[in-house]
Amino acid sequence: MNNQEQLLHDIGIVCFVLTELTLYLDTHPDDRNAMEYFNHYNRMRGQMEREFSQKYYPLNLSLADCSKEWRWGEAPLPWEGACV
Amino acid sequence: MWSYEKRLEFPVNIKEPNAKLAQAIISQYGGPDGEMGASMRYLSQRYSMPYREVAGLLTDIGTEELAHLEMVATIVHQLTRNLSMEEIEKSGFANYYVDHTIGIWPQAAGGVPFNACEFQVKGDIITDLMEDMAAEQKARSTYDNILRLVDDPDVCGPIKFLRMREVVHFQRFGEALRIVQDKLNAKNFYAFNPEFDKCEDCGNNCNN
Repeated sequence: MNNQEQLLHDIGIVCFVLTELTLYLDTHPDDRNAMEYFNHYNRMRGQMEREFSQKYYPLNLSLADCSKEWRWGEAPLPWEGACV
Repeated sequence: MWSYEKRLEFPVNIKEPNAKLAQAIISQYGGPDGEMGASMRYLSQRYSMPYREVAGLLTDIGTEELAHLEMVATIVHQLTRNLSMEEIEKSGFANYYVDHTIGIWPQAAGGVPFNACEFQVKGDIITDLMEDMAAEQKARSTYDNILRLVDDPDVCGPIKFLRMREVVHFQRFGEALRIVQDKLNAKNFYAFNPEFDKCEDCGNNCNN
């Protein structure tokens, strides 16, 4: 795995933790420990996605800085399977 | 409103095409217990759901199902890209190929097209949550059946992930049902449907 693949792989893990915590908190809205985990991983996700976007391509439109080129449109698509 | 993330929920990177397997796995795209039915079921059930925590759970699980729909499509796409004409003919893929080439179209493994009758929006909170729990188990069984047909580890990994998510969603819907039943009349859960009936005292669906 190269650096780009490793970072995308790690983003996938952090986002999965957040998906899992979201569903858990939907039915356990008073669990403070789970909320702390959620905030921790949510911050981590933001940092990692910003780093990935600066180095490679934007994963979502809010990270698409298109001052010179339309980077969003040139990003690889998830089903291509090249960079996962 | 949704926003798109250009990555899969779980990586799919299949190197060997296998048209026969693709024809089985496409059932989880548009078949009776597939991800298209799952996402449409939960996202459609939300609107008359009076309890915000349950409507929120339906939104979040429905959204995750859209990510699963994309994963299943990716698996089928990667199993069918780079097929030779000979492989298409030999693997029994010609019937699909003649209508869709190697595009992804929602159908069951047996060729039956996706149909909204494969899911229900009853507008009754207990009925809908029971349907949701049953749907998660039916999808889990389908993934178990698919796993018996697969020996390629590139396919096995994402299918196992999808199977695991069915089990988690079943658990969360079970908790939602418990939350709902705590709000209903313990002597008769069916006396009052909060998606339709109004409380005599306050006119809301509080059932107090």
